[in-house]
Amino acid sequence: MDEVTSSLPEAPDSVREADAPRDSALAHFGNDQPLKLDAGVSLSPFQIAYRTYGALNAERSNAVLICHALTGDQHVVGTHPVTKKSGWWETLVGPGKPVDTDRYFVICSNVVGGCMGTSGPASINPATGKPWGLEFPVITIRDMVRAQAMLLDHLGIDTLFAVVGGSMGGMQVLQWAESYPERVFAALPIACATRHSAQNIAFHEVGRQAIMADPEWRGGRYHLEGTNPRRGLAVARMGAHITYLSDAALHRKFGRKFQDRENPTFSFDADFQVESYLRHQGISFVERFDANSYLYLTRAMDYFDLAADHNGVLANAFRGAPTRFCVISFTSDWLFPTSESRAIVHALNASSARVSFAEIVSDKGHDAFLLDEPEMFGIVRGFLDGASKARGLKSTKAV
Amino acid sequence: MLSRSDPKLSANIVRTAGGARVDLVMVADMVVRGAKVLDVGCGDGELLRLLSERRDVDGRGIELSREGVNECVAKGLAVVQGDADTDLGDYPDDAFDYVILSQTLQATRQPRVVLEHMLRIGRHAIVSFPNFGHWSVRLQLMFAGHMPRTEILPYSWYDTPNIHHCTIKDFVQLCTAIGVKMEKSVALNAWGSPLRLNAPWWFWNLFGQQAVFLLSRKS
Repeated sequence: MDEVTSSLPEAPDSVREADAPRDSALAHFGNDQPLKLDAGVSLSPFQIAYRTYGALNAERSNAVLICHALTGDQHVVGTHPVTKKSGWWETLVGPGKPVDTDRYFVICSNVVGGCMGTSGPASINPATGKPWGLEFPVITIRDMVRAQAMLLDHLGIDTLFAVVGGSMGGMQVLQWAESYPERVFAALPIACATRHSAQNIAFHEVGRQAIMADPEWRGGRYHLEGTNPRRGLAVARMGAHITYLSDAALHRKFGRKFQDRENPTFSFDADFQVESYLRHQGISFVERFDANSYLYLTRAMDYFDLAADHNGVLANAFRGAPTRFCVISFTSDWLFPTSESRAIVHALNASSARVSFAEIVSDKGHDAFLLDEPEMFGIVRGFLDGASKARGLKSTKAV
Repeated sequence: MLSRSDPKLSANIVRTAGGARVDLVMVADMVVRGAKVLDVGCGDGELLRLLSERRDVDGRGIELSREGVNECVAKGLAVVQGDADTDLGDYPDDAFDYVILSQTLQATRQPRVVLEHMLRIGRHAIVSFPNFGHWSVRLQLMFAGHMPRTEILPYSWYDTPNIHHCTIKDFVQLCTAIGVKMEKSVALNAWGSPLRLNAPWWFWNLFGQQAVFLLSRKS
């Protein structure tokens, strides 16, 4: 692994982004506005970093909240300040795109526990003036959503036209519909589930153990001690990345092809292209992400179980929900297989909610939701168009 | 399950001057305004759209084919991908005013179970199906000696999705067997015109090319 991490910069940009994010708006919540957490404590004061695209109409009825996935952030569209790459959902969001920023006012915030400007373990604990580290309280998906709701109050938006997200973002979408049904007109959970499966928790645990096994992790106090558990985080990312793809996608992309050589070296160098690719994924991730944030966010996903909050009856989570739902899954997603999406649909049917569901044929695995999937684009566009007619969205003129 | 987006079927179906399918118009006419409707096997959503335009219904659909579902959702309809034979059990009692099975009964594995579910989920059920007792079907089997192919049953025996053909008489007997009330029934001839209302069952069974039934539970 030395080879993997030796080329890394000493001070990752994510450390700077955690408190003073570039290219993002910031909402500060003082001691008079604490964030009440499921863990039984309050976070106060705290801040949320977010970006917006498009314009809010005069009726304030065209706001679309985009919820990012585990390792995503608020930079949905536009250049990412750390990686300098384009936004993570540039395929879906933008002028004329299915989530059309010419029509909708798109908001995306960094989740609580993240490391791109919203309060998380990498940011400074106002009480001590030092990075939170593991002193940061454990957060849940519901806490993330609660914080987003506070951001909307701050922005003066009562009702969201739509909440859209994939994977962990999809969990937030479902949580929104459960926690604030009257504030969500349309919900689009993609490639997700109402609970994190045992297999998924197991994968997450492997990632967390990789981070904690890194001697540079220092019990989570690496910011204070001037180290960084880059190797552990890179390994965690490599392992997780495999679960985001599919065997078919890996095979098509790499097969058993060698990297820059004709024959095997009979060593543990990255002989295979797939090895180089994973190492690259690990390295580039470490540049932009905080290891402790990874622990907190994976934990939040593990704890997610909507049915458990309703005595095991998932349908009760959505009972009487006025929200229109569109659930989307992908055939080759083995992290959140279609059966999980069907469970959501069954529950929504049982609670008499207005629900659409489509399974998209793709061999690209879980990551398909981030890629160029015309069928998904058609469904998202159609669903939002239909919902905007029902909502009577007319003006997109700025306030 | 037969999908109504099936090009083989829709090419041969009779349409009104306005372009709507005659059998679907018959179905729509049986639904009261503003009702909550589940269309089972909704194809490309033509009936749901018709119901929403003419009857202002709150419509939902189930469709087996991925293409059909995607087309429906892209039109803004609330449709889920699913199978009538396996998925109706997931719907709670009394969830809808009407559950519709249009041109799909003959493609289900367990028509009786499907019908029972429909009347559990909805207060009313509307079923339309091609009548296998039509004279042209009978004549083909009798004189040509092969499995009948008609305008609304365009498949060969080896590639048909239709596995449970029935006649109007068979269907009426099934309704009697499971104790449902027949509120309305219409049989359409090959030109899409309804047969005389006071015609006897045997006449319908012989000259109806397709039939539409409005059913409800016997209270």
